Amino acid sequence: MLRGMEQAFTSPDDVTATLARTGYLADEALATVTFLATRLGRPILLEGEPGTGKTALAESLAEALGQKLIRLQCYEGIEATQALYDWDFPRQILHLRAVEAVAGDEHRDPKQLEAELFDERFLLARPVLRALREAPCVLLIDEIDRADDEFEAFLLEVLSTWQVTIPEVGTIAAEHPPLVVLTSNRTRELHDALKRRCLYHWIDHPGLARELDIVRTRLPEVSDTLAEQVVRLVQRLRTEGDLIKPPGVAETLDWARALDALGAGSLDPEVAAATLGAAVKYREDGERVRAMLDRMLAG
Amino acid sequence: MTGMTGMTAQQCLEAHHRRPPDEWLIGFARALRAAGLHVTADRERTFLVAVSQVGLGERRGVYWAGRATLTSSPADVERYDQVFTAWFTGRPMETTHTVPPTVRPPVRQAALDDDAASGAGPETEDDLLRARASGQEVLRQRDVAALDRAERAQLARMFERLHPLAPHRPARRHVPRRTGPVNGPATLREQLRRVGEPGPVRHHRRGVRTRRVVLLIDVSGSMSAYADSLLRLAHRFVQAAPTTEVFTMGTRLTHVTRALRERDPDRALVAAGAVVPDWSGGTRLGDALAAFLDRWGRRGMARGAVVVLFSDGWERTGPEVLGEQMRRLRALAHRVVWVNPHRGKAGYQPIQQGIVAALPHVDDFVAGHSFATFEELIEVIAHA
Repeated sequence: MLRGMEQAFTSPDDVTATLARTGYLADEALATVTFLATRLGRPILLEGEPGTGKTALAESLAEALGQKLIRLQCYEGIEATQALYDWDFPRQILHLRAVEAVAGDEHRDPKQLEAELFDERFLLARPVLRALREAPCVLLIDEIDRADDEFEAFLLEVLSTWQVTIPEVGTIAAEHPPLVVLTSNRTRELHDALKRRCLYHWIDHPGLARELDIVRTRLPEVSDTLAEQVVRLVQRLRTEGDLIKPPGVAETLDWARALDALGAGSLDPEVAAATLGAAVKYREDGERVRAMLDRMLAG
Repeated sequence: MTGMTGMTAQQCLEAHHRRPPDEWLIGFARALRAAGLHVTADRERTFLVAVSQVGLGERRGVYWAGRATLTSSPADVERYDQVFTAWFTGRPMETTHTVPPTVRPPVRQAALDDDAASGAGPETEDDLLRARASGQEVLRQRDVAALDRAERAQLARMFERLHPLAPHRPARRHVPRRTGPVNGPATLREQLRRVGEPGPVRHHRRGVRTRRVVLLIDVSGSMSAYADSLLRLAHRFVQAAPTTEVFTMGTRLTHVTRALRERDPDRALVAAGAVVPDWSGGTRLGDALAAFLDRWGRRGMARGAVVVLFSDGWERTGPEVLGEQMRRLRALAHRVVWVNPHRGKAGYQPIQQGIVAALPHVDDFVAGHSFATFEELIEVIAHA
C-alpha cells in the first residue's frame, strides 16, 4: 500500500477492467484519462450534466483500488478552514483549565504550555489535509463550480505543490500525491489556471447499449425486458423530450429500481406515470412526459 | 494549420513522417493554438508526457491524451476533432469552421450609422471649458441611438467614469466587529492568549458578500443602435464586479463575459464582437432565455442573482414562451430588472406582446436609452 498511484494501472484497458469489477462501466475516453491521471499525478477535472456518473467515478476508483475515499463537498462561501484544518478551541480551553487545576500554584513555562496547546491532537484535519496525510487515497472535490474564485485559487496551490503549511506545526507534504477527482456542473466557468493543471474530460449521457449495460450491472435483479424498456424510454426523453432537466443515469437507475420494487415486469403507461417522480423532477416536465408516455410506449 | 494549407495532403503526411515524433506532436499542439484553443507551453509539455504514457502507436490513445490535456471546455472539442483529423490523416480541414471569425466587423462599428443627428453640439459655445461641460450634460440626456461618430467617441470616454456597485447580500459567515453579538470562540481565544485570564469580549456581525449580477443583452436588429453602449456598460460591470456574467441574446444565446474581462474597453468590445454570431439578426427572446435558464441559470448562475434584461420586447416567437421563461427566471433570481430603451421616450406604452407577457414577472421596469438612464440603472442594481 505504500506505493504511489503511478503503478495503479498498467493500461487504459486495465482501468476499464478494474472499474468494471466495482460495477462502473467506463468508456475508452474516461479510461484513458484516468490512466493518465495516475501516471502523470494530475487531478482529473470532470464536467458534464448532473447524473452522468462524475461522482460515481471517484467512489468506484477508491473501491477498485482498495483505498480510502475522502470527499470535499464545495458550496458557496467555503473557506480554507473547512477544506484544510482548524484548531479545536473548546478542547484547548479544557486542556488549559486541566493544566491549571493539576499544576496548582506551581509555575509553568508559558512557552511549553503553548507548544502543548498547538499540538497535533488539537488539530482538526479537514478533507484536503487528511488526503495529504493519508495518501495514497482518492480525494473527491465535488462541485467545485459552487465554490468562490478565491477558494479555487487556494485549491490550485495545494494541487500543484501537494503540501500545506500550518504555522504552528510546520509543513505537511504528501509522500505520494493522492488521486484527485474534481467535478463541476458548469454553473460557472472555472479559471484557466486550474483547468491547465488538470486533465479535462467532458462526460456525456451514455448511449443506449452502455446505459443498458450499466442498468444490468448495477441492478441485476431487474428483468431484462423492464431494463431495456426503461433505458429506451429515458434515451428518447433525453433527445426528444425537450425537458427542463433531462434524466441522468442516476435517475434511470432510480426509476428501474422503483418499478422493480412495485413488481412490474414490464413498463405500462399506468405504472410508468405513477413512478415518474423517480426520473423527472419538475412539474412541467412531468406533465410533458405524461402526455408523451402513451404515444412513446405504443411506438 | 497555416503551414499545411500551402501543401497537398500527401506532402503534409510525408513531411510529418520524416520528422521526429515530438516535433510532430508539438506541431499538432501549435495547430490547435492557431485554431483558437487555449494551448500554453505547460499544456504542450503535459500533452507530450501523456502521449509517452499511452504510446504513439495507438492513434485513439493519442486522441484521448490530447483531448484530456489540450481542451478545456465542450466548445473546444469540435475544433479539436477537426484539427486532429487534419493533422493525423492529412485530410484538409473544413476551413469554414476553424478560421477565427476575424472578418466580422467589430462591435464598435455595428451601430455606426452616420445619419448625423441634430448638430446642437459644443461648437456653438465660445468658452471651450464651459462648452465641454455643458456638451457632456447634453450628451448625458441624449438617446444614444441618435448620436454621430464624434459624440459616440465622447460618450465612450464618459463610460470610463462609471463605477457600478454590485448589490450585497448577507453572508453565511460572521466577521469581527466592535459591536454586535458576542463572538464565543474569539473571546475564548483571547482568554487562551492570556493563559486563562479573562480578556476583552469580542463581537461579530453577519458579513456581506456581493450578489451576482447577470446581464442579458438583446443584440437583435431592433436593438442594434444600443448594442455598443450596452456592451460598454456591461464591460464596466464586469470590470467592477468580477462575478458579473454577461450574455447576448439574438437568434441564439452567447456567453461574452470572458471577452469583456479585457481591461481596455475598445479591445474588449472587439473581442465580444468576434464571439457573437448573430448581430442585428432576429429575436427569439423566449428561446434564448430558455437556453440561458437550462444551460446556466437553473444550475446556479441565476439563483439569488440580480438579472438584468436589456430588450425592447420585440419577439418573433409567441409571447407565451417568453412569459413562461420569465416566470421561471423570476422563480430563480433575487430580482429581475427589465431595461427598455423606449421606456424613457414620450408617449411610450408597453404594448409589444413580449413586454406584455413579461411584465408580470419583472420587479423593475426602467428606461435605458441615454447615459443618464444608465446611471440610474446602476443605482437600481446597486440597491437591488
